[in-house]
Amino acid sequence: MKNFLLKITLLNFLIFINLTGSLLSNTIQPGPLSYEEIQKALILSKPGDIIRLGEGIFEFEDGLSLDINNVTILGEGINKTILSFKNQKSGAEGLMITSNGVTLKDFAVEDTIGDAIVVKGAKGINFIRVRTEWTGGPKESNGAYGFYPVQSTDVLIDGCIAVGASDAGIYVGQSERIKVLNSIARYNVAGIEIENSFYAEVIGNISEHNTGGILVFDLPDLPQQGGHHILVENNIVRNNDTENFAPEGNIVGNTPNGTGIMVMANQFVEIKNNEIKNNATAGILIASYQDEAEDKNYNPIASNIFIHGNTLINNGFNVDKVRASPISEVINGKAPDIIWDGVVPLIEWIGLRSSKRIILGDNYSDSNTPVFANLKLMTKFLISSLHKVDTSYENYRGELESIGPVIFEKD
Amino acid sequence: MKISLKILIIFFLSISALRAETFSLLSEYNFFQDIKGQVPNKGVVPYHIANPLFSDYTYKFRFVSMPDNTIASYNYEEVFDFPIGTTIIKTFAYPVDDRNLKKGFELLETRLLIHRKDGWLPVSYIWNDNQTDAEIKFIGKTIETSWIDKNGITQNVRYRVPNINQCKSCHQLNKVIQPIGPKGRNMNLDFLYNEGKKNQLEYWESNQILTNLPKRKISEPAIWDNESFSVSERARAYLDSNCAHCHRKGGSAGNSGFYLSLEQNNGVALGIRKRPVAAGRGSGGMAYVIDPGKPEDSILLYRMASTDPGIMMPELSRSLNHKEALPLIYDWIKEME
Repeated sequence: MKNFLLKITLLNFLIFINLTGSLLSNTIQPGPLSYEEIQKALILSKPGDIIRLGEGIFEFEDGLSLDINNVTILGEGINKTILSFKNQKSGAEGLMITSNGVTLKDFAVEDTIGDAIVVKGAKGINFIRVRTEWTGGPKESNGAYGFYPVQSTDVLIDGCIAVGASDAGIYVGQSERIKVLNSIARYNVAGIEIENSFYAEVIGNISEHNTGGILVFDLPDLPQQGGHHILVENNIVRNNDTENFAPEGNIVGNTPNGTGIMVMANQFVEIKNNEIKNNATAGILIASYQDEAEDKNYNPIASNIFIHGNTLINNGFNVDKVRASPISEVINGKAPDIIWDGVVPLIEWIGLRSSKRIILGDNYSDSNTPVFANLKLMTKFLISSLHKVDTSYENYRGELESIGPVIFEKD
Repeated sequence: MKISLKILIIFFLSISALRAETFSLLSEYNFFQDIKGQVPNKGVVPYHIANPLFSDYTYKFRFVSMPDNTIASYNYEEVFDFPIGTTIIKTFAYPVDDRNLKKGFELLETRLLIHRKDGWLPVSYIWNDNQTDAEIKFIGKTIETSWIDKNGITQNVRYRVPNINQCKSCHQLNKVIQPIGPKGRNMNLDFLYNEGKKNQLEYWESNQILTNLPKRKISEPAIWDNESFSVSERARAYLDSNCAHCHRKGGSAGNSGFYLSLEQNNGVALGIRKRPVAAGRGSGGMAYVIDPGKPEDSILLYRMASTDPGIMMPELSRSLNHKEALPLIYDWIKEME
């Protein structure tokens, strides 16, 4: 009798383990209840939990959100687990993360009504083999950003794919310590954009068929500005031939069709060993912020931009006359591979002070040294009769200290 | 095996911890003597605020419950400092017929903000079909319903009960959850109590649930739909209560640099000739958040007038347009120089 009772107890215990065990390790599968299941898992998760999503297409009408630290959302593959927001009715984005140390891995977010994945104020975020895509191709009605970490630190984007964003496919804004690695950006307005950020490395990516391949921008009137220490290395930036489809009014709407790498108003940017090919307006473009800014703390002029080791082939063959009119107005025919607008503070223009703005090391072209041009827009604006574009590469030759690797706080 | 057992135990402990802090039914808190009629028990104080957030034309019934012999501390610009154990209660409801409120209400959800030792916890209770009680729900819900509006027109709405993360997105300041409404400048109003009409601040003070009120007279709040105030006062009051919980430093939209608190006086931060940064198609093809004198060219108004989730502002809490507020914001921008 005693033995029997023990058996029953044991059996009950085993059933209990079984039930709860499956509850714990359960992979959520696509189905009519999957929105509730996922959102519930996201809310009731504990730090360290892994939320597993099965193979197939999940269809959602509302946005998802996660606010628990150190949770992993794990799919079964970048093309296998698909979160589709084609019929989204509420929520301004597909997935919103507001907690620290979250890892997103092996799934895709498609056709969100606004941004695809937003991460706000996170200490640590890892995107690994995640895809964001608007499947109808480049359209003004697509959401603004695919990957959108903002005001975050220790941001890792590795092996990801971003397609069709009407602003930037991979966008990191107002953040610190950033690595964008081994990723692909296609058919976005900006492929990869680092904005108002400190200490970033953009290495080993392919950015193609966007309007602009890789943008490093700094903008006024934001809580964090003065972007600096950005390394852009070993990327392939080619065939950026999608006409700018950003909704008007957005800064990125000013990106000229066919821009390879563009730096605006940042300090300490190293552009190194990239392959930059077939970009109609320019291979590398260094510019100041052109609009009026009342912000007294804002520095609109780029400095300490070190460009070396890049291979530049077939760029500048069809300058965007609307968005890059400062170039087309002073250059006839094929534009140089590397272009600087030449805007400096007045005191520097007069010659009372000098500082490092653009520094060129060896760069390569298919036939010879790539052509560089300082457009000297200050002179053009102030004394147009004296204006002459400066194309003497050697005047800008020099060296700057390399920008070191980004080290995450937990590394 | 050992590890999974540990995980199991932790799992159940944490589930029960969650349960212990909250009840599964609204009635279990014993806030109401008539829960359906939203008549509070003694010690649960009803109140209203000067400029409520627009939430798809719902009516809101607000109450505060504080532990006996505790007291909140007054603050003019920020939310009162409430003691641990306070619960702020807000029920969202549609009138059956907005022309005749005696026909009653459809109660949708009751939200609680519970002040625990480790901070404020937001939870929502969704009302059952018989309207006898409401049940806790952490993950939100969509309620398709309708009501008859002030003009006698039946309005259909896809009302969204927020999940706990969405609660946080409006209620967080520097990552700490806090109430939004009960701050000094929002509370200096009369309220019709059982005992008769009285100023809320005076009532709270005389009932010894609020202290540290200033000796001098507290200025009267501008009310967005009260035309005795100027257009500018009314517009700023509206934007403060409908936008500034996110659009302030440390708020969920802090990254935008676009701040709409009543205290904000920097023109660019207020949106005047401020360029959109991450608006996407929310910019509507316009160059500025506010283009002075040109409401039709101002992103602010464009996004307030949209019901497309990828464009509209606020992002949460509405699926309909606030038709009465749009002309006010239009006039405010129009009269700017």
